[in-house]
Amino acid sequence: MKRTPLYERHLALGATMTEFGGWAMPVQYSSVIEEHRNTRTLAGLFDVCHMGEIEVRGPQALELLQWVMSRNLAGQRIGEMKLSAITNEKGGIIDDVTVYKRAEEHYMVVTNAATREGDLAWILKAKNARGLDGADVTDLSDTIGKVDIQGPLAQKILAEIVEGDLEALRFYHAMDTRVAGMPALVSRSGYTGEDGFEVYTEAGRIGEIWDLLMSIGDAHGLKPAGLGARDTLRLEAGMMLFGHEMCQTVTPFEVVYGWITDLDKEFIGRDALRRQKEEGVRRKLVGFEILDRGIARHGYPVLAGGEKVGEVTSGTYSPTLGKAIGLAFVPVQYMDPGTPLEIGIRNQRVKAAVVPLPFYRRKK
Amino acid sequence: MAKPSPNDRRYTKEHEWAKADGGGTVTMGITDHAQELLTDVVYVELPAVGRRVKQAQPIAVVESVKSVSDIFAPVSGEVIEVNQALEAAPELVNKDAFGEGWVARIRMESPDEFDGLMTAEQYEEHIKANPH
Repeated sequence: MKRTPLYERHLALGATMTEFGGWAMPVQYSSVIEEHRNTRTLAGLFDVCHMGEIEVRGPQALELLQWVMSRNLAGQRIGEMKLSAITNEKGGIIDDVTVYKRAEEHYMVVTNAATREGDLAWILKAKNARGLDGADVTDLSDTIGKVDIQGPLAQKILAEIVEGDLEALRFYHAMDTRVAGMPALVSRSGYTGEDGFEVYTEAGRIGEIWDLLMSIGDAHGLKPAGLGARDTLRLEAGMMLFGHEMCQTVTPFEVVYGWITDLDKEFIGRDALRRQKEEGVRRKLVGFEILDRGIARHGYPVLAGGEKVGEVTSGTYSPTLGKAIGLAFVPVQYMDPGTPLEIGIRNQRVKAAVVPLPFYRRKK
Repeated sequence: MAKPSPNDRRYTKEHEWAKADGGGTVTMGITDHAQELLTDVVYVELPAVGRRVKQAQPIAVVESVKSVSDIFAPVSGEVIEVNQALEAAPELVNKDAFGEGWVARIRMESPDEFDGLMTAEQYEEHIKANPH
């Protein structure tokens, strides 16, 4: 198992460690629920060094990215960040990534941990197939460290060690700056549904930023949060997780990624996705809540009229809402909010209903 | 740190406790060590009263935010009562695993099974050797 530069710190904090995407990661430090609530109400600090960073540079960088990304990046401005899918020829999702435009002809693609190598191979294959010698693709994942600071007090805490005007940084925008004196990229973004930031710096220096944030944040109630809380936070916010809601046989239109799929430009999978859009999808990812007792989990069957019609992709107890929620694929006739469903939990069937996403939206 | 395991009851390797109530019945639950490993119990699936259970077979299910775990019957017998309070307050398992967080009462088939369970001392040795 690979270790992030913060591994020893997690052990020192008494974290329970788990394997995720080939990495030894903290699942929790004290309690998933406490870390979840602390992030919603104060601030949480997350080790996300396991994620991949692929740099694409050169005069043909945009052309290559346009060919592999579902999102039209033509109008992307420097400092802007875009969520995008990478799709295969059939329109199936290879990964969901964020694309930072750092300068003209200079982009950074941030991938999921387990998909990093596949993404890199895919982008290189596309580059060679298109003969895009003017696009340099470099895997920077091992040289970049990343932490997320999330929650209502994230800005206040991070501002103490960031050069520049954090307040002026808009959602899904990034700035090249210094954090604790070290060159860093900071974006207002995250995976929790709260205000917050993603901070990238040299892998060898990320520990210093972690330590500083922990000590400055202490007075504000900042606590480290593990992957357990990261998962419940993202699920409440209606955000998807690759490997659960997405895989190579799921298309953006079947999940909630229609809005990042721009069919008016050419990209790998565009034709298949255009056909699917014209014909309409057969199944759709929906949010549900459980009305009886019980907690749905990944892989549990979804039933309607006594028949299995779909499957749960993620399910948990929602600490904010105090009830069991989840995401599931269902045939489109069952996708409307209010539709009654049943979830098969062990040898029982429990009542559930389709609800609108997200489950939780922060007050602005 | 987990609370010490009381001497007034017996234990299984799977981290259940069973306490003889007199009259051939036992009250059972999971140990404080077990609730510490689980953390944040958010759901307990209780057996039906009247169900017959076999020793070491699943009798209930306990779920944390992240995990689903079986609870095993420490002895064979019939479930005569379950802790309904856990339906509304599953966190009682975390707060008081040896008391208010009890799971079920079982009318024993064979007292020999109970006598064969670990003592508190043996159980403490067991968790020292197997911390997870």
